[in-house]
Amino acid sequence: MAGEIQNPIIRVRDITVQFGATRVLDGLDLDVKRGEILGFVGPSGAGKSVLTRTIIGLVPKVAGSIEVFGVDLDASNTSQRRNVERRWGVLFQQGALFSSLTVRQNIQFPMREYLRVSQRLMDEITIAKLTMVGLKPEVADRFPSELSGGMIKRVALARALSLDPDLVFLDEPTSGLDPIGAGDFDELVRTLQRTLGLTVFMVTHDLDSLYTACDRIAVLGNGKIIAAGSIADMQASQHPWLRQYFHGKRARAVMG
Amino acid sequence: MNGDPKLERIAKGNALALCATGTWTASFAPVLERMVADAEKLAGGSQSIFIDVSEVSKLDTFGAWLIERLRRSLTQGAVETQIAGLSANYSSLVDEVRRVRAMPVTDTSAVTITGMLEQIGQTVAGIAGTVAGLIDMLGAVLAAGARTLIHPRSFRLTSTVHHLEQVCWRAVPIVVLITFLIGCIIAQQGIFHFRRFGADIFVVDMLGVLVLREIGVLLVAIMVAGRSGSAYTAELGSMKMREEIDALRTMGFDPIEVLVLPRMLALVLALPILAFLGAMAALYGGGLVAWLYGGVDPEAFLLRLRDAISIDHFIVGIVKAPVMAAVIGIVACVEGLAVQGSAESLGQHTTASVVKGIFFVIVMDGVFAIFFASIGM
Repeated sequence: MAGEIQNPIIRVRDITVQFGATRVLDGLDLDVKRGEILGFVGPSGAGKSVLTRTIIGLVPKVAGSIEVFGVDLDASNTSQRRNVERRWGVLFQQGALFSSLTVRQNIQFPMREYLRVSQRLMDEITIAKLTMVGLKPEVADRFPSELSGGMIKRVALARALSLDPDLVFLDEPTSGLDPIGAGDFDELVRTLQRTLGLTVFMVTHDLDSLYTACDRIAVLGNGKIIAAGSIADMQASQHPWLRQYFHGKRARAVMG
Repeated sequence: MNGDPKLERIAKGNALALCATGTWTASFAPVLERMVADAEKLAGGSQSIFIDVSEVSKLDTFGAWLIERLRRSLTQGAVETQIAGLSANYSSLVDEVRRVRAMPVTDTSAVTITGMLEQIGQTVAGIAGTVAGLIDMLGAVLAAGARTLIHPRSFRLTSTVHHLEQVCWRAVPIVVLITFLIGCIIAQQGIFHFRRFGADIFVVDMLGVLVLREIGVLLVAIMVAGRSGSAYTAELGSMKMREEIDALRTMGFDPIEVLVLPRMLALVLALPILAFLGAMAALYGGGLVAWLYGGVDPEAFLLRLRDAISIDHFIVGIVKAPVMAAVIGIVACVEGLAVQGSAESLGQHTTASVVKGIFFVIVMDGVFAIFFASIGM
């Protein structure tokens, strides 16, 4: 176990992703350490979501290797892969809740597939998860179309957490939330990371999230990681985009 | 370090200690649940219970909740309960779980006779609602059409042409192929049975009347309901789901005028054209089979066809086409705009669109048959 702590939970090496003639990711390397919250930023269209989707296995890559929990995803067989997938949770940008299932059924869906648990325990855990993400138990029997945008994100997080994963991917979790809601969400991610010992990979545009929630920040540009480190490292960086991002009007407003 | 979870009982006079050990995680949930249930039952006699979790090697939400469930049920049985030995890592998780408000699960109500009767009543009321919805949409489309006549500049020509291509031009190959085959089959069956009476040549009469009056237009209408009606419902339905229709409305556009009218118009233009092409293909197929299989050469076929049918047969068939197109279009658009937020609802309404479309087409055909019979056409 000691060795596992040393090794990064995600190890991405030399990843190249191409759509037609445009190269989105070009020989990218990235490590995510166990137990940290990594904020992932970059200009719009730089390929942040593409990298997330490549790690999860939704976008095919041209070259490179991806190791998650020490398992090389290209070399793994189906059961190894299934095992890895059971240990991660994904929060999609739009929530991606199953629209024909209730909130309760959405959260119980992975449990039903992967665990043999009694209905009573599943119901109780569902309520526990909803409480953890800051929702009332009464929400459980509503359909996704009857929820507000913020509630959808919270329910989607509860579903991502339903199997008690070790790693969660959050794709712009605070986009579309009001500043108070977004602040709550950052706080929530922090709390859950502390209580459940999560590792969080968070794609975000939200400067507040970077300041309050993230332990480390990685910046994507030109298909590569142009910088990685703490928020202080980012502010000290001389890279033009970083300077603009962390010293622009909005950044000053956040820091001030 | 990781081991099967256990819950050991150690009696200390009046007090009882429960020692939890091993891995308390989701994968062991069935075992854990059984152990906790046993502990709940057996602990009744003692006055205070001490749950020691210091030996637990791994804990997740499932394990933490089961410990919390045990604590709650013991506390309810008037037993003083304490949890001890929590490591710093896990105490916040247990605190988090402690905040969970237990809520009885309200199950969906059982089937009762009143419930069934209510459902029947609602279905009947739903039929009336369907008809009202269709008339409503017909009115809205006509009103939008009238507005466009007054202000011809608001007419969406590009959209209409685009839909005309989709529902007419692109439908030609499949419509022609299927009607051709149906023409072949009618001719072959006719010849096969008429030959016994030596009445081979009457197959031409049957083919001509049947194809021009009924089969041509009815078959094509059913195909169009399945092909284009379902597409209309799915398009409008997914636009409804993604709030695109609301967006149109807020920009001051009438969705009926922008989305429904071009589609309706395209369909009303397309169906007569397709019905005509279909009838020609069926006659051609029938003539081919009559020649190759029945020995009726093409000249004799055409001569007989000219005697057997009149322009009335053709008019009877083609007049029905635009009306059926309107019925299919209105049903499809009503269903599309009735889609709710879920993927399931989109599927239900697309199915309903095709089923209702075909049903109303056949009903309309019956109404036309009575009408033409009474005016002697």
